Amino acid sequence: MDAVDGNAIAGELFDVFGDEMTTAVGTCAHCGATGVIAELRVYMRAPGAVARCPRCDGVTIVLVNVRGSARIDLAGFKLAPPHDHPVLADQRPVS
Amino acid sequence: MARAALPRRLNWQQAKVVELVEETAQTTSIVLEPADWPGHQAGQHVDVRLTAEDGYQAQRSYSIASGPEDEHLVLTVERLDDGEVSPYLVGVLQPGDELELRGPIGGYFVWEQSLMGPLLLVAGGSGIVPFRSILRHRAAVGSDAAVHLLYSTRSLDDVIYRKELDAIGAAVDGVDISLTLTRDWPDDWSGHRGRIDRQLLEEVAWPTTQQPLTYICGPSGFVESAAGTLVGIGHDPSRIRTERFGPTGK
Repeated sequence: MDAVDGNAIAGELFDVFGDEMTTAVGTCAHCGATGVIAELRVYMRAPGAVARCPRCDGVTIVLVNVRGSARIDLAGFKLAPPHDHPVLADQRPVS
Repeated sequence: MARAALPRRLNWQQAKVVELVEETAQTTSIVLEPADWPGHQAGQHVDVRLTAEDGYQAQRSYSIASGPEDEHLVLTVERLDDGEVSPYLVGVLQPGDELELRGPIGGYFVWEQSLMGPLLLVAGGSGIVPFRSILRHRAAVGSDAAVHLLYSTRSLDDVIYRKELDAIGAAVDGVDISLTLTRDWPDDWSGHRGRIDRQLLEEVAWPTTQQPLTYICGPSGFVESAAGTLVGIGHDPSRIRTERFGPTGK
């Protein structure tokens, strides 16, 4: 199955973060590559989406939606300080 | 810490189907009147959701074909015969019906006048859709950003918005449109033939010294190939924005 890219999960990410996230910059936890979410390779196999690093193919983001409730695992993608995402800054202390 | 703003919501809403326009044998433009449309940027998309009687839902993303200044919201959808959503949108949906959508979505694959040019737009198949929005927006705001559009389809019959693109290419200053046909072409076809490759990109793309802003939209393999070739020619990867979509009918 062909990968699409981070643009395809923009709606789901907006649901989770309350903001447009595809331009957010982050670093791959596996290889250290830095880029925007829009450029991650995304596999849309049901019941969720898996985003992988375009350089090393490591899993960066896992997104699952169950009964309208989105769960996200960002362990593989370290988001840069959210200068452009004041709303995200407010929601961030999750870890 | 004070809350800077309440999280915005991207609510699902109903949009009324005003009109259906057959663009090619496989693609139809759906002209919509959403209940509450906040406006969009050229290049953004919407999510469309279908709900079956038993509650099963299927959701897909579609690029917005209309310009921000256009009266109606327009999506252009390619029918995939074994698809779950597109055969309903292209074949069953009728004017007067309601369609559930949310948007606009995306902030990466967008163009605004302030980004200027020159622009290189590279489209494969229905990857032309967001570029129609960009071209309409460029005209509406009176931008003089120079545009090269390179559009690859199988045959002339598969060219979406053919009349509009012909008219723009013939009459609009600063916009240069090149078609390449990959499978069938008329005997008297004087345009490009074959898939987009290094030779064609070197011919059509701007010189790297002009630092064009490039947008590439199409099936994943198409986008990978075009983007990789441009980088190989010497284009700055940070000036290349891409949008990939999944399976196509081709």
